[in-house]
Amino acid sequence: MIQVISFYLFASILIASAAMVIFARNPVHSVLWLIVAFFNAAGLMVLIGAEFIAMLLVIVYVGAVAVLFLFVVMMLDIDFAELRAGFIKNVPLGLLLAVVLVSELVLGIGAYRAGEVKLGVPDGAAAVTEMPNTEAIGALLYSKYIFLFESAGLILLVAMVGAIVLTHRKSHSAKAQNITSQNMRRPQDATRNVNQPVGQGVEL
Amino acid sequence: MTSFFQNLGMSYEAAWFTATLAGILLIAFPLMLTVALIIYSERKLWAAFALRKGPNVVGPFGILQSFADGLKVFLQETIIPSASNRGLFLIAPIITFTVALMAWAVIPFDAGVVLSDINVGLLYILAISSLGVYGIIISGWASNSKYPFYSSMRAAAQMISYEVSIGFILICVVLWAGTFNMGGIIEGQKGHIFGFINAYALNPLLFPIAVMFLISAMAETARAPFDLTEAESEIVAGYQTEYSSMAFALFWLGEYANVLLMCALNAILFWGGYLPPVDWAPLYAVPGIIWLFAKILLMFFIFAWVKATVPRYRYDQLMRLGWKVFLPISLFWVFLVSGYLMWTGHFG
Repeated sequence: MIQVISFYLFASILIASAAMVIFARNPVHSVLWLIVAFFNAAGLMVLIGAEFIAMLLVIVYVGAVAVLFLFVVMMLDIDFAELRAGFIKNVPLGLLLAVVLVSELVLGIGAYRAGEVKLGVPDGAAAVTEMPNTEAIGALLYSKYIFLFESAGLILLVAMVGAIVLTHRKSHSAKAQNITSQNMRRPQDATRNVNQPVGQGVEL
Repeated sequence: MTSFFQNLGMSYEAAWFTATLAGILLIAFPLMLTVALIIYSERKLWAAFALRKGPNVVGPFGILQSFADGLKVFLQETIIPSASNRGLFLIAPIITFTVALMAWAVIPFDAGVVLSDINVGLLYILAISSLGVYGIIISGWASNSKYPFYSSMRAAAQMISYEVSIGFILICVVLWAGTFNMGGIIEGQKGHIFGFINAYALNPLLFPIAVMFLISAMAETARAPFDLTEAESEIVAGYQTEYSSMAFALFWLGEYANVLLMCALNAILFWGGYLPPVDWAPLYAVPGIIWLFAKILLMFFIFAWVKATVPRYRYDQLMRLGWKVFLPISLFWVFLVSGYLMWTGHFG
């Protein structure tokens, strides 16, 4: 009973907030609705017993990706009139995307109704259901799918290097601090004690 | 607790629901009381560090000061700036406060005494603590004011930076304990050093990351010396500038609940949680919650000590410490710890 109630609660909030991502007028509100959607998707994952995936969804998407989204969107100077201006021009492209998405949806549902989907089982591990989620994923990821996993890591590394190459340039205005010389600095290098006689000017 | 309510003649689901609700209240109310008293004790500590008296008027030794402050902000008017984004402006402190309470669901107070004993307890804490930044970002943006906005920019960058190294530090502990479950991590520390000291922190391989975790925890909760999100000499009061009355109090309480959570995490991950410090039978007669509470208070003393004595970091120094010092060291430590564990055949 509780499972059913929570499923419909999560699912309806998920769909409603996903719709609000599109309908919200303010881009910042859109990102916030997206975060609500991520959160409820994580709730659905918990319901089907995939707690590891649920936590990763929250940590990666809500905790990092959406923060960066929000970071960028917040700093934009948004002109709503300009935002609406391109609407007519972009309608054909939008329609094309909508058609592609709808056909994918139809195909997906069709494939689902065609019969049971055979999911892979890890090599030699029969009692998958007895394992905790995290160990089961680890056993599969580091044995059967090790090449895919490693190549995904490599692709991310290349993307990271690319991002650094594109954005890293020597700035002439920014001043950098040499931490080592700062740490080596002692009070006697910069200050001295003077026994100042009364009635005379100070030496500068 | 569920079985207790079942014995009262409820169905399983009703009993579960009531038990969970009762558990939440049992954690939240004592936590709020602790936060009120810890604010008082921290002010007393700072006063002692600065050779002042601190709060000493309301109640004996001024112990009711926090309650008087709470009553004061409760009676004040909530001012909402006309140019602000009204809905988000009010939601932001609620997010900060709620998130600070949510993470306590997986903290074990004694063997088996935990609201939600899930397999991925530590990941849950990481997930929930990464949400804390939203309260600050949203409040900064919704205030529609310059200084809060600067503050929210700083908070976003700072918290993401330190979360990365915290993640790697937690991986080292998880590797050693072999589980993400909080209770499992604590039980793994039983007799960890020479068979009688219950603490990961005294393990020479884990001691450096215990220190790094303490520092990262200060940065993650934006406490001094890393309180750049509310640096009063640069950006007034940061994200709280436009807030008044209860909205401000929610930020305040949430911040301290977060600090307590980080102290509890320190105690649980590195100092044995609810276990007594030494694995000696008579010490187990003392309830686990008292050991845990003593460890949390000790950690909180360190937090207050640092806040009273260490000057504030500059922003570029903060970023350098996060990305150029902690990140490489913690990454190397994951390599070191997993290498050591493989070499000694820890995983069997």
